[in-house]
Amino acid sequence: MKVVKAIIITGFGINCEEEMAAAYKLAGAEANIVHLNEIFAGNVNIHEYDILNFPGGFSYGDDLGSGKVLANKMKYRKLRNGRTFLSEINSFVNSNKFILGICNGFQFLVKMGLLPNIYEKNQQEVTLTRNNSAKFEDRWVYLKANPKSKTPFLKGIDTIFLPVRHGEGKLITKNGKLRTAIKQKNLNCLSYCDEQGNISSQYPENPNGSEMDCAGLTDKTGNILGMMPHPEAFLSLYNHPDWHRLKRMNSNISEEGDGLELFKNIVQHIKKEELNGSTKVS
Amino acid sequence: MKNQIEIVLKDGIRDVEAEKVASEAKNFLKIDTGEMKTGKIYNITYDLNKKEVIEFAEKGLKDEVINEVYINELYKNSKFKSFILVAKFPGVTDDEGFSAQKTLIDILGKKLDTSTQHIYTDKIYYIENKLPKEDLKLIAEKLLGNKLIHHLEYGKFTGSIDYVPEVKIDSSERVKIIDINLSDEELQQLSKSMLLSLNLEEMRAIKYYYLDQKTQKKRQQATLSLQPTDCELEVIAQTWSEHCKHKEFAATIKYVNHETGEIEEIDSLFKTYIKRSTEIIQKRLQKAGNNWLLKVFNDNAGVVKIDDNSVFVWKVETHNSPSTIDPYGGAITGILGNNRDPLGTGIGGGKLLFNTNVLCFGPPDYDKPLLAGQLHPKRIFEGVRHGIEDGGNKSGIPTVNGSIIFDERYSGKPLVYCGTGGVMPTKYAGVNSWEKNISAGDLIVMAGGRVGKDGIHGATFSSAEIDENSPQSAVQIGSPITQKLLSDFLQEAARKGLIKCSTDNGAGGLSSSVGELATICGGAVVNLEKVPLKYPNLKPWEIFISESQERMTLVVQQKKLAELKKLAAAREVELSNIGIFTNHGFLNVKYENETIAFLNMHFLHEGVPKKYMEAEWEPLNLCEPKLEPKLNYNLILEKLMGSLNICSRENVIRQYDHEVKGKTVVKPLMGDDGKAPQDAAVMRLNFDSNQGIAISNGIIPRYGDIDAYHMSAGAFDEAIRQIISVGGKLPDLNDRNNRFWTVNDNFCVPDSYYDPQKNPDGKQKLAKLVQMNKALFDMATFYNIPMTSGKDSMKNDFKAGDVKISIPPTILYSMVAKIEDVRTTTTSNFKQQGDLIYQVGKTYNELGGSEFYKLIGELGKNVPKVRMVEAKRLYEIMMQANEKNLLESAHDISDGGLAVALVESAFTNGVGIAISLPDYSELSYTAQLFSESHSRFVVSVKPENREKFEQLFQTNCHYLGKVTSNEQVKITGKKKILIDLPICKLKKTWDEGLNR
Repeated sequence: MKVVKAIIITGFGINCEEEMAAAYKLAGAEANIVHLNEIFAGNVNIHEYDILNFPGGFSYGDDLGSGKVLANKMKYRKLRNGRTFLSEINSFVNSNKFILGICNGFQFLVKMGLLPNIYEKNQQEVTLTRNNSAKFEDRWVYLKANPKSKTPFLKGIDTIFLPVRHGEGKLITKNGKLRTAIKQKNLNCLSYCDEQGNISSQYPENPNGSEMDCAGLTDKTGNILGMMPHPEAFLSLYNHPDWHRLKRMNSNISEEGDGLELFKNIVQHIKKEELNGSTKVS
Repeated sequence: MKNQIEIVLKDGIRDVEAEKVASEAKNFLKIDTGEMKTGKIYNITYDLNKKEVIEFAEKGLKDEVINEVYINELYKNSKFKSFILVAKFPGVTDDEGFSAQKTLIDILGKKLDTSTQHIYTDKIYYIENKLPKEDLKLIAEKLLGNKLIHHLEYGKFTGSIDYVPEVKIDSSERVKIIDINLSDEELQQLSKSMLLSLNLEEMRAIKYYYLDQKTQKKRQQATLSLQPTDCELEVIAQTWSEHCKHKEFAATIKYVNHETGEIEEIDSLFKTYIKRSTEIIQKRLQKAGNNWLLKVFNDNAGVVKIDDNSVFVWKVETHNSPSTIDPYGGAITGILGNNRDPLGTGIGGGKLLFNTNVLCFGPPDYDKPLLAGQLHPKRIFEGVRHGIEDGGNKSGIPTVNGSIIFDERYSGKPLVYCGTGGVMPTKYAGVNSWEKNISAGDLIVMAGGRVGKDGIHGATFSSAEIDENSPQSAVQIGSPITQKLLSDFLQEAARKGLIKCSTDNGAGGLSSSVGELATICGGAVVNLEKVPLKYPNLKPWEIFISESQERMTLVVQQKKLAELKKLAAAREVELSNIGIFTNHGFLNVKYENETIAFLNMHFLHEGVPKKYMEAEWEPLNLCEPKLEPKLNYNLILEKLMGSLNICSRENVIRQYDHEVKGKTVVKPLMGDDGKAPQDAAVMRLNFDSNQGIAISNGIIPRYGDIDAYHMSAGAFDEAIRQIISVGGKLPDLNDRNNRFWTVNDNFCVPDSYYDPQKNPDGKQKLAKLVQMNKALFDMATFYNIPMTSGKDSMKNDFKAGDVKISIPPTILYSMVAKIEDVRTTTTSNFKQQGDLIYQVGKTYNELGGSEFYKLIGELGKNVPKVRMVEAKRLYEIMMQANEKNLLESAHDISDGGLAVALVESAFTNGVGIAISLPDYSELSYTAQLFSESHSRFVVSVKPENREKFEQLFQTNCHYLGKVTSNEQVKITGKKKILIDLPICKLKKTWDEGLNR
């Protein structure tokens, strides 16, 4: 059976790398935390992995706008082999591999032009900027998955309850045309909603004022997923803010957290693709 | 040649920051700004051509979707009639400028110096209304900037900003020789003029050291002046400072208690009560063959054993003075500085698991005229909160536990307690991680940020000494990103076995870090010219005592240096080898081969004369108030729920990331709508076991107005019972699973040194401190709960002219206890309707110092007392109840008494409570509802467990009533309804309590 390998980027203020690695391990994959500079130095090759992960954090303290400094580094600075990290990432995506960016990681993906990338030019088409509340907030929100989204990460998920922890999570698209395209192509894979699953633009259900109440985006293939909420913060039932009562109501409740589902999904998907022989051997 | 880039939001993009400022100006300052707009200005002093500047602006700074860029011209729009510029003074931390430099070299692919500053950022605010200068000044100084660190411009905007805060210092003489052979009066004058903060006796000790023939002989041999250098006096002053040597906790105290008639002489509060209590517990543990107490008091943080593979490191500090003058900077350097304590314990490089913060402020609706230099409590609150938010969130450390206490006496000086816990592996490359070993020949390596004038002499520098081109030094702003890089690097280096040990550079800078490390091996030689600087022309003594943040001193073996340097370069952390440890018995500081300081280590660390202080306790003449016969309990409860010390902290808590790392199991707020406040935080330690810890804090300063002993004992009990409440277990000498408890004690007191003119009630204040220490000793040794580290802050008075605002003597106990299985913990909120509600523990007529009395403007006399024996028995029963899964919820009873605890427990959607109070002849309903007697809980129990529960608790529980489904709080006495209110009403009052 194939061992699914996840690489988790860290350094420069990224700070959710450990729970991200734990998520993949719990989902049955191998997870390596790698400092970004190891990739620039040519010591680590991302193509040896199946899933490239950008965890949450405060890279460069959100200076110049969240994710901006590291996005610039990945876009413009040359690796030892003379290519930029962005061009390595494009090759990675072209070989039908997967990328997940959460919170600060989503901000990188957007600012590098990898999401939604409708025009396939790696130009920035949307941004994630300051919440309408003008505050950083840590709160749990309900999310509705777009049933038409292609991404394997969200397979089988209808609604999910996860924490958001950000000050710059409001999604703004560059223009109406892009907004229409995102909706038409079902790239808005996750929306803020109420407890019953109705998409909501009310604060605090939509915690930041995002356009389209959008909490997550994919590219057209569904292989790249970026999202503001933190599935890696809900790996165990005991992360849930009301776990005692859930347990009381259902003594047979699983001790796994719902956030783990995304990681299990992608690991299963890759294993299945491998069986079907559709992935290139790394 | 300066280039300037401005970034603004495109038209039509909501400027939330501008909206926030406009609304604060309206609400707080009553100034109508009209529409506002913000801009960010980057001033660039690198030599760049036009094409490069454009490329940098367009690619590096602009957000395609929302920004517009202006190059070498600024945004101007006739719609905006006024502007305010907030720039930084020279030398003030400008992280954004440094981040921009990193991006610049990535984009241009150019090699430029990014370790000193060449990009300076400003904020500009455009204001629609034409406001008078006074209004703009108010907005600039009260909302946007702090005149101690910011250069502020305002008025009508001309379209250009020329200010660039480059640091320029003239070079001057390197070292000064100072005549110490002076009269007493002159010695005192010298201490004052050099800002040494040493008293006459200490100055005399220094004088005699230099006059001593042995000293003179040594100095002659080393071809040094017989008189001290400026650097030497600075080093001695730093080492002997209250901050470093805790002279008042080490003093001999004559304690006279007129209430009991006892007179005693106490040889050091620290040794007698704090250290001795831990030593007694340590002996008991050792006798029982239990060795989880690994390191106490003699390092940056205490260390206890978790299991064979890992140890827990934990420290709580205060940062009061800096937070008084710049709340944001004070708090962020407080929390980042405190992070470096567990990080620099033993070998160092622990993984930081959580932060805590306990804050004491004046009331946000404080309406007395402000004294010179005094900031409004609301402003201090917001600044400190923001500092803690950035310090924790940006470092990826969850802020899981804390308290906020309001009392008018904190309006001058706030208290800012910052705590950090971390985990280290038991061994790094085969060596015990918590030990510090240094041999002569090991290298002194400085890592992290560069050195500037920051924090020289700490807060004693007055604002008057800051001028246009002098780097600011009174106030420091932390740089979370610099520290994050340093901390990631240190963890990696320690795991690879590349460092022998490490320590923090905090107060006293290198002087203190190297000076203290050198005591382990017996000496050091430092070459100051090797220390990397933020800007040129610092004097050697300034380099040595600068408190520039985000630096650590590492001890490195010669053979490991190359590999360590390689790792540092790969992680973009600056590293410099600045000297070598010796065993010669001297601290030898050089600058380009010239000796700047040459001090005997023994004199430096043991030479400070012992202080003598007097404490005298006169009993207070207090009495219980006469209450109205018919109190409106509905009204009282509603007011209590909205009162400052009880109401919701949700707005603050949600701005702290309390669950990054994914290990927080009991968060500060829990329940189906995330409103229910919890007693202690619970965290798991890793992802593959259920082992964890509970974290709590006890602090009740207002009880000290009646009795300082019971205030201290009560705070200790509060911290214990919060941990019991979530399901923790008391220490057991015979337990074999390292069931550790570890406490940081933090004393903050007003000046307690008696002076007939300046501090006439000093003896009484010191007596309170003695009593607080006695309680600490009694509680710790009774429960076997040891202090492992702590801190005292002795001069918490705010003075302006003849007016002095002094804090009440305050003690904070921060506790951490091991939890074997986090899945067995409990939360405070009721879980299901139909569950039975009990009070556990006994209520006494103890309304003294209560929130209820405060509400009616009384103090009272009957302060809550801790009854240790009964409390311990009760906690043991709670532990059994927990083991047997009998508790559906548990909430400790504290501020506001039973009534408030019941309402808080009912913060679950859809529940209410129906309670009937027993009719005691000796205890009024008022006391039953609002007395704050210690060691009590509100718990809920499944109906089917009633018998088991009552059998276990016997007379220690009192049935109160049931959880209902009518969302109503109904409390009845024998014949009448006492309280009948909808929960939503109480919740709303509670939610909005801080909106004032």
